[in-house]
Amino acid sequence: MGVLTRKNAVNVLMGIELILNSANINLVAFSRYSSNGIDGQMFAIIVIVVAASEVAVALAMVLTMYRLLRTVNLDQADTLKR
Amino acid sequence: MIMDNLQSLRYFYPELTLIVAMLLVVIADISFKRLRSVLNPLLTIVSLLLAAYFTAYINHSQEANLFLGMLALDSFAQFFKLFLLLAAFLVVLGSLQSEELSQVHQGEFFALLLAVTLGMLLMANSINLAILYLSLELVSLTSYIMVGYLKGDRLSNEASLKYILFGAISTGSMLYGFSLIYGMTGSLNLYTIRDAFLSQGVQGFDQFTTLLALVLALAGFGFKTALVPFHFWCPDVYAGAPTPVTAFLSVAPKAAGFGILVRFFFSGMTQTTGSEWGLVNGINWPLVLIGISVLTMTLGNVAALTQNNLKRMLAYSSIAQAGYILMGSVVLTGEGLKSMLIYLFVYLFMNLGAFLVVTIIYNSDKSFEIGDYNGMFKRSPFLAFAMGVFMLSLTGIPPFAGFLGKLYVFLAVIEKGLIWFAVVGTLNAALAAFYYMRVIKAMVLEEGNGNVAPLQVSFLNQALLVALLIPNLLLVFFWNPIDRWTASSARLFGGL
Repeated sequence: MGVLTRKNAVNVLMGIELILNSANINLVAFSRYSSNGIDGQMFAIIVIVVAASEVAVALAMVLTMYRLLRTVNLDQADTLKR
Repeated sequence: MIMDNLQSLRYFYPELTLIVAMLLVVIADISFKRLRSVLNPLLTIVSLLLAAYFTAYINHSQEANLFLGMLALDSFAQFFKLFLLLAAFLVVLGSLQSEELSQVHQGEFFALLLAVTLGMLLMANSINLAILYLSLELVSLTSYIMVGYLKGDRLSNEASLKYILFGAISTGSMLYGFSLIYGMTGSLNLYTIRDAFLSQGVQGFDQFTTLLALVLALAGFGFKTALVPFHFWCPDVYAGAPTPVTAFLSVAPKAAGFGILVRFFFSGMTQTTGSEWGLVNGINWPLVLIGISVLTMTLGNVAALTQNNLKRMLAYSSIAQAGYILMGSVVLTGEGLKSMLIYLFVYLFMNLGAFLVVTIIYNSDKSFEIGDYNGMFKRSPFLAFAMGVFMLSLTGIPPFAGFLGKLYVFLAVIEKGLIWFAVVGTLNAALAAFYYMRVIKAMVLEEGNGNVAPLQVSFLNQALLVALLIPNLLLVFFWNPIDRWTASSARLFGGL
């Protein structure tokens, strides 16, 4: 929900983290019941790493937006809509 | 046959080439200050050609699994690898003389482009959900950066931000779908997943959960291919990104997305019965895809009608084209897959061509508005002719290559008895003709707005335009080889 309701770009990013973490919990929990090895836990670790890099890129973009617009409010990023 | 890591390396040369070249570009960029503007594109082009050579040279027809069941080695993968490398190659050539990109330092651009290409090669032949997610994110993350490459440009930044937020949400949903599938089947390998679905029967699983997992997974693929409920980023991103990047995004990741969509649904969710694919009992995913395809075509075409910015118009047109391409995948026949590959192949040439013309005109006029294309025929007949061919080809008018794609897709659908679906497609093609013709009308019939200076097209761009025009004009005469090539690419794709 955080993704859809928040206006602040950083808060939206936190919502995205929650989505990824929910999937992670699923993966690790199901891995406990799986017969073949630790596939799920391995996948969860991959997801954590990817999520970190994703946030790094996203924050860089938010920072650039702040430099250009002096705000991180997503409603103001509407130049393309016109 | 399942190969272990060391055995697999021999078949991994194309990807290894790209990895090495990517590092070399970064090193060359920081160590040769004066030579780097020549060295970087050169390295990129050479590595792409080398990777293509390896891909063509490696025998893909033996149907093996690489890296203990992570990647597939089959003709389907070979087709997509060659396709993606060709797309990257053409985009590198097209980006060399782009005014938009020359304002900023270009070294990273080529490294990023190689990284995206690497991600797409992995994506198109991954058969394990983990590697699928990883490669999809590699493509996404690098393309976010490429879209936002013009750091001081508001539009570019905004496009990138929208892209990254939509992208993160869609891939997050996809990941949740994957985790549900993993929970139901206890495996990440697509073939094992299918076997689990088959052996336990879908009745053993909760129908609703299965469908939910599929729709969630589709969000990720739909985001990459810009299918309708997941297309919102597309017009804004295409309009805001530097034009060569837009051209790249509209062809290569879209094709890779279709590759992975086909792999996911065909390897994971169907069973082979003779020459056709049958549904894994109870999961009717083609029905979902038919709905999405109809929506995609119609919405893309209707929205394109009112656009005045050519880049936005081409964005909606590429959404509509994705709808046509998707038509081929719902019929579950070899013919359907073949038609998809043919459509993708011709789409490469016509769409890259259209975007190249947009790049060239922006170089001198600094405008993307269709109104500013008025009287282009007088200023540069060659450019207007080229754009005319690309537009007619995108419409699907007979002598041009686009016709071939549409013909095959509609035929495959009709053969399966879905005549109403083909009718919807044809009506959409007629609707699309309106806005494609509008560009031609602006260029040829309208009076110019005072600007009559002849438009200079550099030699490189002229050569590239001719290279893109030739397939558009002549592919129809090479019907047979294409037919055979794509048929063999589609047929061998049964997997293990």
